[in-house]
Amino acid sequence: MREKASNSYRNLPDDKGRFGIHGGRFVAETLMPLILEVEKSYYEARQDQSFLSELLYYQKHYIGRPSPLYFAQRMSEHFGGAKLYFKRDELNHTGAHKINNVLGQALLAKKMGKKKIIAETGAGQHGVATATACALFNLECEVFMGAEDVRRQKPNVDRMRLLGAKVHPVTSGTSTLKDAMNEALRYWVAHPDTHFYIIGTVAGPHPYPEMVRDFQSVIGLETREQMMEAEGRLPDALIACIGGGSNAMGLFHPFLDDEGIDIYGVEAAGHGLDTDKHAASLTGGSPGVLHGNRTYLLQTDAGQIKDAHSISAGLDYPGIGPEHSWLHDIGRVNYVSATDEEALKMFQLCSRLEGIIPALEPSHALAFAAKLLPEMDKDKIVVLNMCGRGDKDLEAVLPLLDERGLL
Amino acid sequence: MSRISQCFANAAAKNRAVLGVFVTAGDPDEATSAGLLDSLVENGADFIELGMPFSDPMADGPAIQAASLRAIKAGMTLQKTLDMAAAFRARHPDTPLILMGYFNPIYIYGQQAFITAALAAGVDGLIIVDLPPEEDEELCDTASAAGLSFIRLVTPTTLGSRLPVVVKKAGGFVYYVAIAGITGTKSAATDSIRSAFKRLREETDLPAVAGFGIRSADQAAEVAGIADGVVVGSALVQKIEDAVASDKRAELIQEVGTFCASLSAAMQRS
Repeated sequence: MREKASNSYRNLPDDKGRFGIHGGRFVAETLMPLILEVEKSYYEARQDQSFLSELLYYQKHYIGRPSPLYFAQRMSEHFGGAKLYFKRDELNHTGAHKINNVLGQALLAKKMGKKKIIAETGAGQHGVATATACALFNLECEVFMGAEDVRRQKPNVDRMRLLGAKVHPVTSGTSTLKDAMNEALRYWVAHPDTHFYIIGTVAGPHPYPEMVRDFQSVIGLETREQMMEAEGRLPDALIACIGGGSNAMGLFHPFLDDEGIDIYGVEAAGHGLDTDKHAASLTGGSPGVLHGNRTYLLQTDAGQIKDAHSISAGLDYPGIGPEHSWLHDIGRVNYVSATDEEALKMFQLCSRLEGIIPALEPSHALAFAAKLLPEMDKDKIVVLNMCGRGDKDLEAVLPLLDERGLL
Repeated sequence: MSRISQCFANAAAKNRAVLGVFVTAGDPDEATSAGLLDSLVENGADFIELGMPFSDPMADGPAIQAASLRAIKAGMTLQKTLDMAAAFRARHPDTPLILMGYFNPIYIYGQQAFITAALAAGVDGLIIVDLPPEEDEELCDTASAAGLSFIRLVTPTTLGSRLPVVVKKAGGFVYYVAIAGITGTKSAATDSIRSAFKRLREETDLPAVAGFGIRSADQAAEVAGIADGVVVGSALVQKIEDAVASDKRAELIQEVGTFCASLSAAMQRS
C-alpha cells in the first residue's frame, strides 16, 4: 500500500504541517502566533546563505562533523552475514546526535532576536546539548526535566548547571519526559515574547518535526557520501533506534527515495510488548493528539496518555515523531523493537568487540542488527546510527551487567 | 434564542455581567462533582464550564491538572462526562453547559459520535484548547454545523492581525484569556483587560467574557465592569483540592456555594 506524495517520500509535510493524517498544529491559541513566527523565520533561514554557512562552520569546527562512517569488522564477524557500518554520531561534541539540531535552532533563535531558550529533556542529553549551545551563543537557558530524571541523571544535571543553565525539576503529572514537555510548553505560553523553545526531537507542532529533521539530515547526507567513498555504492539497509525519532529521521530521510534500501526503526520494547512496560508507540500504540501533533501514542481506550517504560531514558516517551507515523502507515520504513534485556547484552558486546561503549539507545538498534545481519548475504551492507555514547549510562547499567555475569 | 444568547441577554437586562464557573467533571468524585454543579447553579452561576479530564492538559496550571488526575483516578471518562452533562441538563433546563478540554479524548471517542452525544446531552458549546482555527476541519466545522457553539479563546498574543482569524468561526461568545500564561498562575490586570476588550469589540459582535487569573470576588467585580462575563476556575478547583487534602468533602459543597454566591454578587454593575 505504498503511496508516494508527488513521486517522492521526501516532500512532506504539506502546508498544514501534515504527514498523511499525522503532524499538524494542535496547540493552544497563545502559542499559535509563536509557532507561525518560528515557521516563517525557519523557512527564510534555510534559504539564507549566511545562516547556512554559519551552521556549516559550527558543524565542522564545533561539533566535529562529518562524523566518521566506521566498518565495525568484529561485530560484523560476530553476527556473521552482512557488513555492519556505524555512523559515529557518538563522537560529536557532547556525545550524541542531539547537538546537530540544537545548534541549528539556537542559530535560528539568535537570528530571530530571542535571548532566552527553553528546552525539555529526559535523560539529559538534549538538555546538555542545549545548555552547551546557549553557553556558546550567550543565551539564557532554562531546562525542564522530570523530577525523577533529575535524581537519576545527576551527572547531566551537573553538566547543565556548570554550563550555566537553570534546571527546573518537574513534579506535575507523572514527573517524566512527557510532563517536562508539558511544563516547557506551559512556560513558553507564559513567556511568549522573550523565549524560543528548542524541541529536542522530530515531534511537536509544525514546523518542529520538519525543522528538526532537516537539521538532523546531515547524518544521512554524510552517510551517502561516505558510503560511496568506502564501498562505491549505497547500503542495503539502515538501522536506528527510535524514541521521538530524531536520530533515525536524520539517517533515514536522505535515503527514503532509494527504494532498494530497507529501513528499520527500532523502538524500545522495555519488559516486552505483551506487558504494559514498554515505549513502542508504533508497534504498541494508536494514533492520537499530544504535544501539538497527531501521531501514534501509548494511551488508554479513553484517550488518556500512558507512561512509557524503557531502560533507556532517551527512548522513554509515549509518542513518536509524526513523520515516522506516516512512514509506518505507508510501509516505507519497518518498525521493530528490542527489549531492555536485548539492549543490555549489546551494550556489553559492543564495548568488548569494538571498544565503543554505545549509549543504551543505539544498543536497541544493535539488538535488531543482531537479528537482521545473520539473515543477509556477506556482500550486503548495513549502516547503523551510533547516535550516542554510553558513558552517561554506566551508573545504571553496570550493576545490571554485574547481576547477569556480563562484567 | 439559544441558551447561551438568552443567558447573556438576561444578564444585560439586569445590568449584570454573566458569571461562568469551571469545574472538572468527576473531581474529586462523580457524586460530589454533580453536587458541586447544583450548588454552583443555586448560588448564582450563570453558565457552567465542565472540564473533560485529560492526563496532559498543556494550557492548564497545576491546580487544574491535579483536578484532571483526581477525576481520572476516580474513574472519570469522556462517556461519564457526557452522562453527567445529560443528568445536569435534566435538572437545570436553562443553564448553558459548555464542555471544555483537549482534543485527544474526543478524537479517540470519535468526532461524530461525540457531537451526537453532546447534543443529545443538552450541551451548548465546546472549548477545545488545542484546536486553533488552523485545525477547524478536525471538529469545529462539523460541530458548528450540528448546532454546538465552538467557543474561541482569544489571548494577549492574538489581539493583533490574527484576531479576525480567531473570531471568524467563533460561536456563542468569545473567551478572552486575561493573562499570558496558563490557568491559575498570575493575576489578571484590569487595564490590559480594558484595552483588550476595546480591540475585541472592534472585531466581533459576540458577547465576550474574561477568564484565567480571576481569583476573588473583588477582582471579578472589576472585570464585570468591562466584560460581558467573568469566568472563575482555578480558584474553585483549588478549594476542591484543599478539601480533599484536609478530608473535608462534606463541607466542600457548602463552601463552594458560598464562594460562588460572593462572585455572583460581584457581577452586578452599579
